[in-house]
Amino acid sequence: MSSTIPATKAIESDTDAQAASRRARRRHTQRVWIGRILVPVVFLGSWQIATEVGWLDKFFFGQPTAVWQALVHLFTAGTAFGSIWLNLWVTIKEALYGFLLGTGTGVVIGLLLGQNRLLAEVFGPYIKVLNSIPRIILGSIFIVAFGLGTFPKVLLAAVLVFFVVFFNAFQGVREVDQNLIANIRVLGASPLQIARHVTIPSALTWIIASLHTAFGFAIIGALVEEVLGAQHGIGLIIKVAQGNFDPDTVFACMAIMGVVTLAAEYLITLLERRVLSWRPPNRSEAQAI
Amino acid sequence: MAHGDAARIEISGLTKRFLTPNGEVFTAIQDVSFVIEPGQFCAIVGPTGCGKSTTLGQVSGLERPSAGTVTVGGQPVDGITDGVSFMFQADALFPWKTVLANVMTGPTLRGMGKKEASSLARDWLRRVGLSGFEDRYPHQLSGGMRKRVGMAAALINEPRILLMDEPFGALDVQTKAIMQTELLGLWEQLRPSVLFITHDLDEAVALSDRVLIMTSSPGSIKHSFDIDLPRPRGDVQTIRHEPRFLELQDRIWSSLKDEVERAYAATAGAA
Ligand SMILES: Nc1ncnc2c1ncn2[C@@H]1O[C@H](COP(=O)(O)OP(=O)(O)O)[C@@H](O)[C@H]1O
Ligand SMILES: [Mg+2]
Repeated sequence: MSSTIPATKAIESDTDAQAASRRARRRHTQRVWIGRILVPVVFLGSWQIATEVGWLDKFFFGQPTAVWQALVHLFTAGTAFGSIWLNLWVTIKEALYGFLLGTGTGVVIGLLLGQNRLLAEVFGPYIKVLNSIPRIILGSIFIVAFGLGTFPKVLLAAVLVFFVVFFNAFQGVREVDQNLIANIRVLGASPLQIARHVTIPSALTWIIASLHTAFGFAIIGALVEEVLGAQHGIGLIIKVAQGNFDPDTVFACMAIMGVVTLAAEYLITLLERRVLSWRPPNRSEAQAI
Repeated sequence: MAHGDAARIEISGLTKRFLTPNGEVFTAIQDVSFVIEPGQFCAIVGPTGCGKSTTLGQVSGLERPSAGTVTVGGQPVDGITDGVSFMFQADALFPWKTVLANVMTGPTLRGMGKKEASSLARDWLRRVGLSGFEDRYPHQLSGGMRKRVGMAAALINEPRILLMDEPFGALDVQTKAIMQTELLGLWEQLRPSVLFITHDLDEAVALSDRVLIMTSSPGSIKHSFDIDLPRPRGDVQTIRHEPRFLELQDRIWSSLKDEVERAYAATAGAA
């Protein structure tokens, strides 16, 4: 009988500890969210005050309330090039196609060169040369060569994405654990089976990590090419607003693209969780920051 | 026994040289020759860096010898040999595959259907005591459990030859003893020829029919000791206290001791 008393006590203190840790976690979450809300409030507030008081000239630096009005105007009145939705869709489409094209070629060529030393040594220097070309010059060349349509935007976005994904895929293959290669080989795997069972799954960690940055680059590629020359798109709106000394619209466009990038980032994180569910949790948690 | 002459390993004049980064030739193993009879459990013991892993690499066909030959079942080894399973020193489970998928890999690569391979893998997981862990990933298992998965993945192919490179080297003493006993149990069911590398003399004597001592680098076979402890050996923990075990262990140690001291002097001198 006497042994049951400490047992129940232990259970009680167990639930106590659980409740305490739950309280601590809730307090932590509260603090994080208060902080997250405070950051933009302080930032936008000081921006607003600085421009109201006159420390910053709102003619050059815009003003949060005016940015908000520009946003409302963009969504209600539209632009000179059609509704904001049409323009946003054009830019997203270009970025998305560029992202897919750049990722596809980057992964395939990265895996190929990573596995084949001869190919890597033959093509290595040329890839470095291509990578050293300033992208803005490529942008001009594409406009001249392919005109003002969708294709040159997709191409520039794809080029920006390609190098990020390519280097990661290549490195991913190089970092494959040689023990695992030896293991699959003694199990009798063919070169294709080695790639399928070991090289690709192992490189996938690297490839997926690169996709976060890559989508941002796709957006940049599409926007830059639109600024250089386009008939539709957020980049065109930014360029025209810049010409009109209208920083508020530029900031408004920036905010819109920010939301798009965040949404894409969220989707890529979902993909990452799904594909890399085998990884120990502490690593993916560290990467979630 | 179960596999006949196909499980006979014959190594003669085996030499492996490496080119060091500064262009010199380094001889890792020199003129290694021995024969493992079908169904024999043979251990190789030697100081670190004497070329034990290198020897195994040539037998598995993962590497090519610089000189000499390895013959398995009368066929010279040229590339990966069929019917050979390998358990590595380091963890060689695929971290992106579940426990079940890891064990299934061998049969699947040999062209077995998914369903059949899966039920076979489940059976093997039961035999190594890991039923219920099929859907876990390797990082969710303890070191000992990972070794069991590795053992199931190696034995599911029912190899005629099992190569093991310090498979239990990283385990704590208690887990190691349990794994050794389990290995012996499974070996007695399948009776492949085993080439078992270890630096742990107790382990070698407790498990093997024969213990080969390798010299310090460049490695070659120094002595061969027959272990006449009766089989089945049963619990590895208890066998260690038998007088015959201690006698054999003592004799082999006097042969090994010189090599360990020489290897130590060589590395200490170089440092
Ligand atoms: N691929 C390699 N290139 C150069 N030297 C190697 C290579 N593999 C092994 N060696 C050298 O050969 C010697 C034997 O190595 P190894 O067979 O791994 O020893 P161990 O008996 O500890 O398993 C070591 O000195 C090691 O440095
Ligand atoms: Mg070794």
